[in-house]
Amino acid sequence: MRTLLLRSLFAAPVTIGAPDPARAIIEELGFTLAARARRLFGRSLTIREVDAGSCNGCELEIHALNNAVYDVERFGIKFVASPRHADVLLVTGPVTHNMKVALERTYAATPDPKWVVAVGDCASGCGVFEGSYAVVGAVDNVVPVDLHIRGCPPRPIELLQGLIALLDQATGRVPSG
Amino acid sequence: MDRIAAHLSTLEPVAQHRPWPRYQVDADAWTAIGERLGEGGDLMGLWGDAGHVHLALRAADLPGPAVVTVAVKYGGFPSIGRHHPAAIRLERAVRDLYGYTPIGAPDRRPWLDHGAWGVRAPLGAAEASGRRDSADYDFLPVHGEGLHEIPVGPVHAGIIEPGHFRFTANGETVARLEQRLGYVHKGIDGLLTDVALAQAQKVVARVSGDATVASSFAFARAVEAARGFEAPPRAQMLRGVMAELERIANHLGDIGAICNDAAFALIHAHCGILRERVLAAADAAFGHRLMMDLIVPGGVTRDVAADGVRAITDALEAVEPAFAEIVRVYDDTPSLQDRTCATGIVRPDLAARWAAGGHVGRASGRGFDARRDLAYPPYRGVALDVPVLSAGDVNARVWVRIREVRTSLRLVKDWLSSLADGPVQAAVPVVREPREGMAVVEAFRGDLLVWLRIAETGRIARCHVRDASAFQWPLLEAAIEGNIVADFPLCNKSFNCSYSGHDL
Repeated sequence: MRTLLLRSLFAAPVTIGAPDPARAIIEELGFTLAARARRLFGRSLTIREVDAGSCNGCELEIHALNNAVYDVERFGIKFVASPRHADVLLVTGPVTHNMKVALERTYAATPDPKWVVAVGDCASGCGVFEGSYAVVGAVDNVVPVDLHIRGCPPRPIELLQGLIALLDQATGRVPSG
Repeated sequence: MDRIAAHLSTLEPVAQHRPWPRYQVDADAWTAIGERLGEGGDLMGLWGDAGHVHLALRAADLPGPAVVTVAVKYGGFPSIGRHHPAAIRLERAVRDLYGYTPIGAPDRRPWLDHGAWGVRAPLGAAEASGRRDSADYDFLPVHGEGLHEIPVGPVHAGIIEPGHFRFTANGETVARLEQRLGYVHKGIDGLLTDVALAQAQKVVARVSGDATVASSFAFARAVEAARGFEAPPRAQMLRGVMAELERIANHLGDIGAICNDAAFALIHAHCGILRERVLAAADAAFGHRLMMDLIVPGGVTRDVAADGVRAITDALEAVEPAFAEIVRVYDDTPSLQDRTCATGIVRPDLAARWAAGGHVGRASGRGFDARRDLAYPPYRGVALDVPVLSAGDVNARVWVRIREVRTSLRLVKDWLSSLADGPVQAAVPVVREPREGMAVVEAFRGDLLVWLRIAETGRIARCHVRDASAFQWPLLEAAIEGNIVADFPLCNKSFNCSYSGHDL
């Protein structure tokens, strides 16, 4: 009985989602990404997310990357709990003065080679919080940024596209072979 | 007679504050009101303004909410927090932002000011100040044998907002938790002072991204109250649709995340899929997954897309049976209940004293829901099941969400099947005088308050947003006491307070 219930739970969304073109794009993007990640990082790319002042909108969409619809882990991309295990810092928010030191320390704790992706309009250019006494501003005011993914918040699919662009850039930087 | 009402009955409300009255009171009345809060009335908010401090409240025999205002004298005002602890953090915030001292306050430590702004009292005297080490903060001492401290944050292990938790534990048992927040303070009160209305509405939509619809809804209603007009009927219904979709999406996310923290990833996976369906439908119908910036004073910025009603209806029809199965699995799994039942209990008397809204209050016997109790459109005349449980544990907070999802599904379907025709936006009327407005809406986490003053030019002279989290965060400290450290994520997730909405 239980198995039956669970199986029916599992089946419904997959079948309904099949003709969705967005899903095809996700897989195409993801597999391209996986090929590059494999070359660079030996099958995996680990990401540490840092909210440096976000309204939490970006976090919701970054979370979505981990759900069964986007499922980034099948492409070898995985979120980790410690910056010490990370290749990429995914930073959101206009960096607040109160989070500046924490962001700097997290960056320092991430081993090289590392990349920083600024996610969202606030992380990219301060957004609507520009001019406030409490914010430092865009992430690149605090740590060097390799890529900006704009949007308020960017859709999960745009986050995936952004990670590909990052790997393109990283490929240019890291000697091949 | 209730003493709060008695203090206000002899006073004349200030002109042009709508829809509820605001009273300018002297220090004695201010203090007398503060003494009654918690038992004789609910604190709904406390915030600074140039030369004044405002306090929003509800009391049993007042016809609706009210605001009382005290003038700042010699740089201070009588502390409400000394009589009513729910006001303590709000007063610490007022002092950090405006420099006004809550006289007699029991806790004089800074709250939002971590010494990193380079300016003291940025919305008051705004004097340049040296930066100090933000780690230099006096956590309350805890004494006893065999105690140890566990500092956590501000950067947490998951994809979560930043904040610091200082646990004092005895073995695995939490003797005390002290929160230190303010890390994502963005100066929103400052950004909402003397600003164009269009800019203010963008900032308000980003107070807490997960409650963007509710924040914009409250802001729009406060402007409409101040300017004395209403959005057209079709816009009212679309607002309701958006607000309930936001509630469904967030509750689905929370129910899944709570089960995930109880090692039941299966439910998390299914809730994630359902949440995704709701967000995709919102995107198809309104062009934005979180429905940000859509509700504005006067209505909504865009009508539902031609196939949007269908997209939402289809999504909800898929969600409904799947959600019923999820609930059945939750209810039939003893190993899950073993984690959620009797864990993280909030006592009903605390929920009442703190006037905790949303699932935190309703799981602990406090039956307030702004949709029903302050009946704003489109909820006027709508029969609403407000679930009120008394266990106060994680399980009760899950069940409040479950029942609210069911209600929200019904509301959305009802509105979409009977959408009024007509325009979706009315122009904001020009009024050549300053006006004040206030609104309270029920966000997914509880009541959310917006207060504002519009200058005769139409600019927002001052606006303050109070998220439900303000009165829920302190109760999390109480809920975790006596629980094991490993249950903290579970308790925390069952509250799901906003850091950004609290820190502003």
